[in-house]
Amino acid sequence: MIDIRHRFTPLQRLLHWLMAACILTMLFIGVGLESTVMPKHLTLVSIHKSLGITILVLALIRLAVRLRYGSPPLPADLPEPMRLAALLSHYALYILMIGMPLIGWAMLSAAAYPVVIYGRMFLPAILPQSDSLHTLLWGAHFYLAFAFFALVLLHVAAALFHALVRRDGVFETMAPVPPPEERAPAE
Amino acid sequence: MLISIIIAVAAAAFAYTAGWLSPQRLTPAKMVEAFAPPDAVSLGHRRNHAKGICFTGIFDSNGAGAALSKAEIFTRGQYPALGRFNLGTPDANAPDATVRVRGIGLQISSPDGQEWRTAMIDAPFFPVATPQGFYDLLLASGSKDPHAMETFAGVHPEIAAFGGWAKSAPWTGSYAEERYNGLNAFIFTDNSGAEHAVRWSLLPSAEPVPVAPEDLAKRGPDFLEQEITERVKSGPQRWTMNVTVANPDDPTADPSKAWPEDRHTVEVGALVVQQIEAERDGPCREINFDPTVLPTGIRTSDDPFPAARSAAYAKSYNLRSAEAKDYPRTATGTKP
Repeated sequence: MIDIRHRFTPLQRLLHWLMAACILTMLFIGVGLESTVMPKHLTLVSIHKSLGITILVLALIRLAVRLRYGSPPLPADLPEPMRLAALLSHYALYILMIGMPLIGWAMLSAAAYPVVIYGRMFLPAILPQSDSLHTLLWGAHFYLAFAFFALVLLHVAAALFHALVRRDGVFETMAPVPPPEERAPAE
Repeated sequence: MLISIIIAVAAAAFAYTAGWLSPQRLTPAKMVEAFAPPDAVSLGHRRNHAKGICFTGIFDSNGAGAALSKAEIFTRGQYPALGRFNLGTPDANAPDATVRVRGIGLQISSPDGQEWRTAMIDAPFFPVATPQGFYDLLLASGSKDPHAMETFAGVHPEIAAFGGWAKSAPWTGSYAEERYNGLNAFIFTDNSGAEHAVRWSLLPSAEPVPVAPEDLAKRGPDFLEQEITERVKSGPQRWTMNVTVANPDDPTADPSKAWPEDRHTVEVGALVVQQIEAERDGPCREINFDPTVLPTGIRTSDDPFPAARSAAYAKSYNLRSAEAKDYPRTATGTKP
């Protein structure tokens, strides 16, 4: 029998919540490191780089998993504008999850900074030294970070809207634990 | 309703982290803006130590540093070096004789792909004990209030020692005759994992010849750059690198306090400057001499300055690299 899945696969849910924590942390660290000259600045910068590359790797795995397993269908009664918003915002989230770490890495390369992660791994430069590229990438990294945070807030608001207002099962597709009625053994 | 509260709380936490709700927080941007009023900024240049000239050469390591740090740079051998002689001023056109503090930015690369960047000055200690103190000093020295410096010195008495150095230390006629001091304390880790708190200095081989500042003023606005160019043309210039190891009770968090002269000092090698190049098209132009770019075997200590410098230098780099059109290269793609 062909089963239409009602939930994302456990691997997808694990990746989602793990990355949710990483990305939120990352965004706060990003604005935090720009806000201080105290020694924590260095700690934040070093976590920011390591976590950024971690997110890049996780996002690539997640993209592959998503292409392999797809996603549960949205409710049939979901209005078309919301359907479109869901589609576009998820494209944007994937683009940012993969794009932001690459922009950051490229930006450091263009400024001739060594890129060190996890305290010991030296990553190669992915761009030659360049004032204009650095300026472009730095601007992109900076403004896209705020766009990313706005998008995350929108995503959270939409998830809560599905969970609390529409109660249409969309939130449960990604919920870390199954809703109570599905926990009973089912045939 | 609940949804809007959750979103609002998240947004507020973000704004707090970004410092938008805390105007007192010393941000890299505030630090950098304090160097010069907006109309006096040398666009396209570093926000401080704005005037400088590039050099290339080698770091000739004698192997003695390997007892203190496992960084490959301290293994006996020669490593490419790149750097910049500079003046401690936000004005890229300041006449050389008007600037008291001279400095050097240095980057040494090792075959393992790691880099050691450091920026040192000729003063034997830093004017103030904390980054906040340095910010306050910038505000006081730029203030129109005639008593601003007096008030500042009341709060930061350590400035007196620096004032004494600035008044009494002899001036020289050459970048090659200066001793450059790292001032900040770092931690070296040796092969056994043991840690050593250190500071480093470059001691010139050239004999310093004191010259009165009024005589230097007669040599023209760029005499230092002209002199070092000529001098290096006639032969490489050497500086011995000394690493001084702190005693257990020596202050590492306060660069305004020099360690006593008798501390264990290891000569680890020599910087050999072989070629001078104008900054405009030179190899040092794009380098941010961020003192926290360190190889494995060197790390920051509890000295708060390297972090503050790193944050401020990055801000300065972002600004000046975006202003490249205000400081155009003479050769863009083609050789002049």
